[in-house]
Amino acid sequence: MSTTYDASEPSFRLSMLIYDTRYRSLTIQVVAFILFMSGIAWLISNAYFNLQDLGKDFDFGFLGSRAGYDISPRLIEYSNDSTHFRATLIGLLNTLLVAFLGCILATIVGVIAGVLRLSNNWITARLMTIYVEAFRNIPVLLWILLFFAFFTESLPHPRTFKGEDPESTLFLGSIAFTRQDAWIPAPIMGTGSNIILIIFALSLFAIWFFGRWAKRRQEATGDILPTFWIKLAIFVLPTLAMYLVLGRPITLEYPEISRFSFDGGIRVKNAMLALWLALSLYTGAFIAEAVRAGILAVSSGQTEASFALGLRPNRTMSLVILPQALRVIIPPLISQYLNLTKNSSLAIAVGYMDLRATLGGITLNQTGRELECMLLMMLIYLIVSLIISGAMNVYNSSVKLKER
Amino acid sequence: MTSSQHASYVRTEMLPESPPPLTESGIVKWVKENLFSGWINSLLTVVSLYVIYVCLSHIIPWVFQSVWNAGSLTECREIAQEAYGHTHGACWAVIKERWHQLLFGFYPQDLYWRPILAFLLMFVALAPILFDRVPRKLLFFTAIYPFLMIWLCWGGSIWGPVCAALGFVIGYFTLITLEKVAGSLIAIIGMFVVPVMWWLYLSGPVSEMLTSTLPIGLQAVGSKDIGGFMLSFIIGLSGIALSFPIGLLLALGRQSNLFIVKSICVGFIEFIRGVPLITLLFVASLLLGYFLPKEVTFDLIVRVIILVTLFAAAYMAEVIRGGLAALPRGQYEAADALGLDYWKSMRLIILPQALKISIPGIVSTFIGLFKDTVLVVFVGLQDPIGFSNLIRAATEWNGIYWELFVFIGACFFVCCFSMSRYSMYLERKLQTDHR
Amino acid sequence: MKKSVFFGTLAAAGLAAGFAAAGTLDDVKANGTLKCGVTTGLVGFAAPDASGKWEGFDVSVCRAVAAAVLGDGEKVEFVPTTGQTRFTALASGEIDMLARNTTWTFSRDVDLKFTFVGVNYYDGQGFMVRKDLGVSSATELDGATVCIQTGTTTELNLADYFKANNMSYEPVPIETNAEAQQQYLAGACDVYTTDASGLAATRATFEDADAHMVLPEIISKEPLGPLVRHGDDQWGDIVRWTLNALIAAEELGVTSANLEEMAKGTNNPEINRLLGTEGDLGGMLGLGATWAKDAISVGGNYGEVFAANIGEGTPIALARGLNAQWTQGGLIYSPPFR
Repeated sequence: MSTTYDASEPSFRLSMLIYDTRYRSLTIQVVAFILFMSGIAWLISNAYFNLQDLGKDFDFGFLGSRAGYDISPRLIEYSNDSTHFRATLIGLLNTLLVAFLGCILATIVGVIAGVLRLSNNWITARLMTIYVEAFRNIPVLLWILLFFAFFTESLPHPRTFKGEDPESTLFLGSIAFTRQDAWIPAPIMGTGSNIILIIFALSLFAIWFFGRWAKRRQEATGDILPTFWIKLAIFVLPTLAMYLVLGRPITLEYPEISRFSFDGGIRVKNAMLALWLALSLYTGAFIAEAVRAGILAVSSGQTEASFALGLRPNRTMSLVILPQALRVIIPPLISQYLNLTKNSSLAIAVGYMDLRATLGGITLNQTGRELECMLLMMLIYLIVSLIISGAMNVYNSSVKLKER
Repeated sequence: MTSSQHASYVRTEMLPESPPPLTESGIVKWVKENLFSGWINSLLTVVSLYVIYVCLSHIIPWVFQSVWNAGSLTECREIAQEAYGHTHGACWAVIKERWHQLLFGFYPQDLYWRPILAFLLMFVALAPILFDRVPRKLLFFTAIYPFLMIWLCWGGSIWGPVCAALGFVIGYFTLITLEKVAGSLIAIIGMFVVPVMWWLYLSGPVSEMLTSTLPIGLQAVGSKDIGGFMLSFIIGLSGIALSFPIGLLLALGRQSNLFIVKSICVGFIEFIRGVPLITLLFVASLLLGYFLPKEVTFDLIVRVIILVTLFAAAYMAEVIRGGLAALPRGQYEAADALGLDYWKSMRLIILPQALKISIPGIVSTFIGLFKDTVLVVFVGLQDPIGFSNLIRAATEWNGIYWELFVFIGACFFVCCFSMSRYSMYLERKLQTDHR
Repeated sequence: MKKSVFFGTLAAAGLAAGFAAAGTLDDVKANGTLKCGVTTGLVGFAAPDASGKWEGFDVSVCRAVAAAVLGDGEKVEFVPTTGQTRFTALASGEIDMLARNTTWTFSRDVDLKFTFVGVNYYDGQGFMVRKDLGVSSATELDGATVCIQTGTTTELNLADYFKANNMSYEPVPIETNAEAQQQYLAGACDVYTTDASGLAATRATFEDADAHMVLPEIISKEPLGPLVRHGDDQWGDIVRWTLNALIAAEELGVTSANLEEMAKGTNNPEINRLLGTEGDLGGMLGLGATWAKDAISVGGNYGEVFAANIGEGTPIALARGLNAQWTQGGLIYSPPFR
């Protein structure tokens, strides 16, 4: 290395690696790299020898063998003859399902609670404070257990739906909330239902285009259209019209009481509902705090200025306060979404078969391959987390204050 | 002005002040303004009152129509049936009989003063960090507190913890002496190598020798007897305390402009933050044995603490990084302008300020970690939830449910709520901008 | 050979145990305690009482082994393990033996590399239902919601059984027995399935035990027994023959009441060999001559242990059934002490 420098450089001495600031950072990095790699190598060699001692190998072949256990709910086809890989996939989908639904509900709950905490209604503000403090200061595992116990103890038993004059009736005539599980109507797709779905999808596009057009028109002319009502009309009317024209091809299959519980409809596990609600309310409490902090972070001068400009209070909120508060809210929101996704791994406490319960639970137990199962599980969670934080970071940079 | 006094249309004597209208004063005004100021507000009030009514009407009878003295659940039900005519009330007798297990695990009952003392001393140790009016001299006690806590909780000879602590003292003196003799680099290497040598080869025999000559000690209590909230506190506290130096280094590494160091730190932090704690706990219980040499095995509690430390370190690093980023650029530039090298500028200028503003974040990290310690139940450690399972497996208390969880939840709430209040107080105190 | 790595701080604090040795027996003797893996709580089999003392059927096996090796049934460190952590705990040496109602299966024995030293309870998977469900046989359970305790062989047996009978079911997997029982009692599932002994134990504690019944079908064989690691035959022998000593004692009529008297010598040579007054069976195991006597003195013979923890005199009220001595028509059978 020393010989390649040109003559204007002073000749290289070994001690320069330490004392010359130009080389020192390089030295430190090389040392750090060597230490890091040798640490990794040490761990791997330990694992290798330990496995050898135990007579085990490191092999993911077990993923292809028959799982032998049943999973519910399953979003894709699965039976106990399917492979462990398929079981892992089912678990991953269940994790993603509850995480996705949880993020949506947590955001709604969090925003409402955060805004209500600042409300001038004394009793509501206090109630929301109690909610936020109670959920933030008690472990989520306890909440999950308590929600599940609440579901199984307070909801009616399926048998109470039986008989001529049942004690319990279907909620709105179509949904059965029972202590076993909940049953919701299942859509039956008749002929022509595809057309309706296409129309529906098209109307969603139309809403988007209309929104853009209305915004540009407003910017150009200053006219404000009642966009909400027009969008609602586009959302409902074409689909409804087509539905009636085609003679109601989509029908609902209602749950029917059967020998043990209900037949027909879609069975929604109470475990999932409890997990979903507990995670959402728990995370919602943190989001409420973030929302509150975000709104408070916008200085009151902004509100006063926008009032001075003649904006109405709700326009002040939507055009002045929220866009600024959002910048403060988004970063903690990302980490709350990540936390919710990671906390969904507590599903096993209530018997919801997520990734941790399938791959990290029964599969691990039945095959005895803890090393492979655990490493694979961590890898999957890591990828999911990176995807979520990546997507949210893109959104974050789009709402960030563009400084020039 | 004087002329007006003569004008007939000017009143010369004031009317007595009449009280404001009934609707504009006192409780009525307050109710009108705070509860029924508009139809949305009124609706909210009504809904809130209904929610409160529903909750209280269920909870209050359950809490108060309860049984405090019974030996088993069956007995509880009999007593309740007799007293209230139904068995819907709580059976607090289980708490009365087993509260000590939920709090201390199997820790010997006559030694409860030790964990309690350790717990109280913790506040003394934390005081100089948390409150700036406390004399700085107490920091010395903070430094020896970890060893004192270990000694109090586990007991045994005092010389073990003393010799362990000596390692740090030796490291410090190595640094000072070698720095004068052989330069800073060798001193820093020596600072790490010499204590490790001491711990590996010398401290054991020395402490044994001291124990045999001067047997000062407490009755030893094994890790298996430690459980309940005591376990949660030990895991949480050691996690936070041990993760602090690691988190600090990771935060500095992440800020540094050395590419490889930075990538290693970022990789580590993102990895830990990307996986659920429960997988790390399973690593502690199932996998750690694979990655260590065969001769080295630790207690499950120690393995869990190691992994919890790594977990907390990643979060700690992010908190400290936030503190570092919050410092104005000028502070860094001023340190450079003074000609301080990297470590000196960190030690004297940057870190004292950055750490101070990170304390609220560190407290919330601790609250999160403390709550997360309940997950150790999944690897078979006996935290409060683990004990609730054990108690429910005893023949006499089989079938009990809400009482245990309500008790555990209440304990967690008290701890976490008070800590979060403290952190808010601190945040307000540190907030120096005026709005 | 005993190599020790000293972790000064931790070991001094009693935290670290850093020793790997050739023999588990040497380890146990050196530590002065037997580390025995048990459940995180199962009524009648293993649970601590208010003073923290572990009690139960599985616990008694641990205590007997501790008494045989160390001469004191109290010198046991009970390590609660979950269904998920139990095998790793044993394989890694964290525990010396596992007595956690673990089913002896081929793959656990061969693939997971454990030695099942015997069977202390012959069990089978059964179903419990509420009587008012109107079900009298497991074949009528088509469409039922079933609570399962996970981490066991239960879920595989269940899947097989319903598949073989062309029935469908809705599984509700639950981690602990206490939680599963809670769900079942609340009516969150129609059926609770686990080992029949566990069902009986659970049912015994119900407020209205008569409203529940265990269905007649037993859908699997669940021989439960203590296990040790592969490769340490001496230790395996000790645990195996301690269990056998308890069983043989019952067969030979040695009880905790007449133990002292019998230990003085009898005219039955097998009793004499068992209790160490004749021959040197203990020495062959590497234990003292009175090893079996010590083991029996803790909780009595197999029958007494059974009766005290799960027998008909207890709330759990399990009949001996398959677990009677072979002379009484059961399967409990000890090879001769010769």
